[in-house]
Amino acid sequence: MTAYILRNIWQKIILLVFVSIISHAIVHLAPGEPSLVDPSNPRMKAEDIARIRAAFHLDDPAHVQYYYWMRDLFTGELRSFKDGRPVMEKIGDRFFNSLTLFFVATLIVWCVAFPVGVRAALHRGGLYDKATTLVSYALISIPGFFLSYMAIIFVVKNFNVPVVGLQTFGLEEASFWFRSMDRLWHLTIPALMAAVAGTAVLSRYVRSQMLEVLSQDYMRTAYAKGLSDDVAVYRHGLRNALLPFITMFGLMLPDMIGGSVIFETIFAWPGIGRLGYEAILARDFPVILTLNFITAVLVLAGTLISDVLYAIADPRIKFQ
Amino acid sequence: MKSATLAPPLDPGNIPPSPASPFREQWEIFKKNKSAIVSLYFLGLLLVVAVFGKGLTDWTQALDPQMVRLAEKFKPPLSTFSGAATPQADAPFMGIYLLGTDELGRDVFARMLQGTFVSLTVGFVAVGISISVGILLGGLAGYYGRVKLGFITVDTLIMRFVDIMLCFPVFFLILTVVALLPPSIYNIMIVIGLTSWMGTARFVRAEFLRLREQDFVHAARAQAIPEWRIIFIHMVPNAMAPVLVSAAIGVATAILTESALSFLGFGVQPPNATWGNILADGKSYIFDAPWLTFIPGFAIFFVVLAFNLCGEGLREAFNPKLRKQR
Repeated sequence: MTAYILRNIWQKIILLVFVSIISHAIVHLAPGEPSLVDPSNPRMKAEDIARIRAAFHLDDPAHVQYYYWMRDLFTGELRSFKDGRPVMEKIGDRFFNSLTLFFVATLIVWCVAFPVGVRAALHRGGLYDKATTLVSYALISIPGFFLSYMAIIFVVKNFNVPVVGLQTFGLEEASFWFRSMDRLWHLTIPALMAAVAGTAVLSRYVRSQMLEVLSQDYMRTAYAKGLSDDVAVYRHGLRNALLPFITMFGLMLPDMIGGSVIFETIFAWPGIGRLGYEAILARDFPVILTLNFITAVLVLAGTLISDVLYAIADPRIKFQ
Repeated sequence: MKSATLAPPLDPGNIPPSPASPFREQWEIFKKNKSAIVSLYFLGLLLVVAVFGKGLTDWTQALDPQMVRLAEKFKPPLSTFSGAATPQADAPFMGIYLLGTDELGRDVFARMLQGTFVSLTVGFVAVGISISVGILLGGLAGYYGRVKLGFITVDTLIMRFVDIMLCFPVFFLILTVVALLPPSIYNIMIVIGLTSWMGTARFVRAEFLRLREQDFVHAARAQAIPEWRIIFIHMVPNAMAPVLVSAAIGVATAILTESALSFLGFGVQPPNATWGNILADGKSYIFDAPWLTFIPGFAIFFVVLAFNLCGEGLREAFNPKLRKQR
């Protein structure tokens, strides 16, 4: 197993090198660069642009720029074009916020999707099944930003609670308890909105997986030997149906960055997705590239984790 | 002719009922799924609306989506044209603002009509690109998989490329490229298409690996039919089932992505209207003119829902295993 993991990691590092080369090429070969963000600014003279280009190595050939990027990334010297702060520090500041949002959203997804999916599978073809099917298709199809706007209006009008940002401005003097509640309110709506599509998709998966398991021979055996419905369904059925979802957990990891751009922008949530959005607006290449790189690392780490977890959970799986 | 003499004479009363063609059989199953068939009719209707809407908004003045009537701004849906401060020639279609007007007094109905065409075009062209790339690369990997190029096989090369593409955060990548390129609707279609072909490539490769060993392909090869003909005329039609399913869902995803890009301000640029940028413009006036947000929002919702339900119906019709389960 160790040999398998090591070989796997080696292959993934090679993939990662290619990903970094391609993303570097895309960003640097596309037109538009940091010195052109504000072409109408009268204070930007030709020599200023030349100085900016020299400072960021923009006049060097692409492969030299790639070398500089890699060297700076791994020595921690990589600096943002925009404000000169180290990129890893900027990302580190935002990382915890995104992680909180991602964690709460994932928790909501899993806590809602499993009971709903299992129940729909047990009552296949019934009213509950049909209703949840329709609702999940509706939730997959609704644009996330549209739903978020409706949610903001609803919450602000009915509960009179602000929902934008990390916390309410000017509450620094309030008691700890009050501030915590305030933060919780600000977290709830974005997390709910980020969880909506995931819940709908996952509950469908749970349903079909559960249906597959329920038609297996060992379920018939379990009923035949006189086990009660609950024991048969939850101990023999659900435990087998759960197996593929261990892999889902690893595969959902990269959503922390990619999936959050829209929601973090709408809710002014200072997370990684919004950092990426701001970086794109400012043509801040180091930040864009590093975020891409980190996402690729998360994708590859996610697949590795899910492979390993799957093997640990299911003794039938063997590594070659 | 030898075969003519050998064939037993057919008794007209004794012909066995011809087995339903696979297409008919699948169509029967698709028809039984009520939500899928309703969605299909809805999408057909929408296609007609989009084509006529394109013509009407381009050539009739009453439905000009860019007609600004500042005196008539923020009229709620179904309000009539007042004509007090605006010349009669600028009156909307039938003198009624069916879906109201926006912050510049433009007719939302005309803008929605124009947006229908644009949004559907984005969806179909993007999916067309992604399916073409997917079929080409998946087919190459499946058919020429064992051919060696230097030290690696074609299959390894192409599938590793798929793995690499799957590592990118799709929406973030689209956003980056669209922001860097000059804003244009064609760029958006191409970028969405080029970042979403990986699933199709995998499906086609899997189907090709299965088809490659089947008798009709061996027979075709034995007849020295050119390889491109075997691939595109004989094998691709047999591998289309999973591709069609992912295409239907792909159009839904592309429409959602385009609207999200427009929402962030990177989409189709004004004065051209899409559902996404009508919604994005309307959100600033959500309390004064809620119809500017809700009309495009629900339009996107229903169209995406219809594509998703259609895709699900197709999946059921094409997949005998799933059929038995139900």
